[in-house]
Amino acid sequence: MREVYVAGIGITTFTRLEYPLSEIAAYPAMMALKDAGITDVDHLYVANMGSARVNHQTALASAVVDSLSLTPAGAAVVENGPASGASAIKAGFAAVASGMHDVVLVTGAERMREVNNLEATDFIATLTHPLAEYIYGVTLPSHAAMFTRLYMEKYGVTERHLAMVAVKNQNNAMLNEFAHLHQPITIEGILDSPEAMTNNPYVAEPLRFFDACPVSDGGAAVILVSEDVAKTIDRPLVRLAGIGQATDTHAVHEREEPTDLLAVRRAAAQSFEMAGLTPQEVDVAELHDAFTILEIVESEEVGFFPKGEGHIALEKGETALDGSLPINPSGGLKGKGHPVGATGVAQAHEIVAQLRGEAGDRQVEGARVGFTCNFGGFGNNVVCLTFVRED
Amino acid sequence: MAVDLEKILRPVDNPLKPFEPKYMTLASGETMVIRQIDRDEVADVLPYIEPLQHVERDYYDVVAARVFAELLGYYRYRMQDEYVLVAQIKGELAAVVNGRQVSPDLGMSLHTIALRRGLRIGAHAFAAKMEYHIDVLGHKEVLIVAESPIGFRRWMIEYQLEKRFETSHELGGVPSWALTKELFDRARSTLVVGRRPVPPDLLAQAEAAILPPSDPPTPPADLLAATRSLYDPTATALIAQRNLLGREADRA
Repeated sequence: MREVYVAGIGITTFTRLEYPLSEIAAYPAMMALKDAGITDVDHLYVANMGSARVNHQTALASAVVDSLSLTPAGAAVVENGPASGASAIKAGFAAVASGMHDVVLVTGAERMREVNNLEATDFIATLTHPLAEYIYGVTLPSHAAMFTRLYMEKYGVTERHLAMVAVKNQNNAMLNEFAHLHQPITIEGILDSPEAMTNNPYVAEPLRFFDACPVSDGGAAVILVSEDVAKTIDRPLVRLAGIGQATDTHAVHEREEPTDLLAVRRAAAQSFEMAGLTPQEVDVAELHDAFTILEIVESEEVGFFPKGEGHIALEKGETALDGSLPINPSGGLKGKGHPVGATGVAQAHEIVAQLRGEAGDRQVEGARVGFTCNFGGFGNNVVCLTFVRED
Repeated sequence: MAVDLEKILRPVDNPLKPFEPKYMTLASGETMVIRQIDRDEVADVLPYIEPLQHVERDYYDVVAARVFAELLGYYRYRMQDEYVLVAQIKGELAAVVNGRQVSPDLGMSLHTIALRRGLRIGAHAFAAKMEYHIDVLGHKEVLIVAESPIGFRRWMIEYQLEKRFETSHELGGVPSWALTKELFDRARSTLVVGRRPVPPDLLAQAEAAILPPSDPPTPPADLLAATRSLYDPTATALIAQRNLLGREADRA
């Protein structure tokens, strides 16, 4: 298997974008091509979850490859729920590592703001089990709320810990020009003041408004190349060193212990094993904090902290931008935004920018090993990536 | 015999009971004061509303144009029984709400415009306006319409307003919705916040000057203009973007 490197990256602002979805996918791709100084690619993967349902557009890859004037390169869509982004990167990795292609462009895009919040919530809920969950009105916020309640009772996580994640990530997003939310929040404003319950009402108790990510439009892209191509490109050498993917039961209630996110645990372990690294060697990570509780739990399941102690590390400031292991310096899904199909690619974008030393005011000094966790379903399909700066 | 035409044109003098200022902590941790202003201070607000007439996003253009006209009408004595409340953060203008008393039993909500987005600034200001109608002026109900989807979500959905579609609203003659005292009482514990009295130093800061909004809504930038131009031989999008930026630069 050949080594695979990230030669170029690109991203749009995550916000409400008034453009066709194919342009939202094409724009970061063009940025990535420019970043890498590449004009031709062998294959394009487009990560997207909802174009058919939300945007009335199918065969998105055919539209994007033509928009980019990259025909006759091969092109295909990868749809794997909220893990579509990292799944597309995995497909791109396999294509390069196998020797089938030398240059693969992976772009992820979603335009969710085309519909209202209720429709967007319903669209995301279609990833749940259709007979055991969806027909009973389960949504992702309600799933996350039940999960959070169990976690609180078992491990002592409190609403204050959740608020700390929200404040940390939304403040990190202030340093990210591409982030959706550019509003600092405080514990006083969302938890302690007499007005906090109105500022930050329960959405699905115990989760409040500021515990959930925003609904965003946006796109992100990476270019994966073989070692031979990477050496011809005048960019810092960042290698995609490890990939892990694992699944769990579709219906959450079928899990032996619902507070365990086994797919996260297994995908991370695979990724680290493939990279020949341990969680303790990671300098910076992007975790899938669609809800604040998920950052805490994922930080445990991937091996950064012992099970049940993620919130303690958070309390100590270890996951802050100036902590020993900064998590979600981009703002995460919570602050940067969550255009579902683009998210996994955007996580990779942030880590590559960090490892290159190009992350501006949110740069984690000296970062050489980065990690992403792209969480699909409610933990039933997870892809983890490990990146290493080589030069 | 000389006729004082101005006296005829002016509304009937009918002072409304005052709104007692209140303050609250926002999600950002900042403190916002909501208070009533009189005609003299309206002149300070108008310059900050005028630019929003050019923001073609979330109906800011329509709302700002109408707010400007209503405030000017109030300032120039051409509106009957109007009031204006402002929300300020460290003196900075964050929101303007206004309305009118139609009769001792009926209020007419006119507009809510947030000059800083997010943090429920507009929602807090709207709640204060309803508090004024129901609790201070004693209206049995307030007629309301929304000009934007955001407004519809904040008023019609959050307060579960009743339909009064048989009554045209003063804004555009569209069917009205109504907030009754019962609905307001139901929403009071979750949507209506604020503390009184406002600490003297805080109130003094708000009353000292209405400062310009530091982050007002702006026209949406065409973030993809450069890209679009690459396969748009007429470069229409790029030209539009340049015009937009030029307008922004001129305004700055």
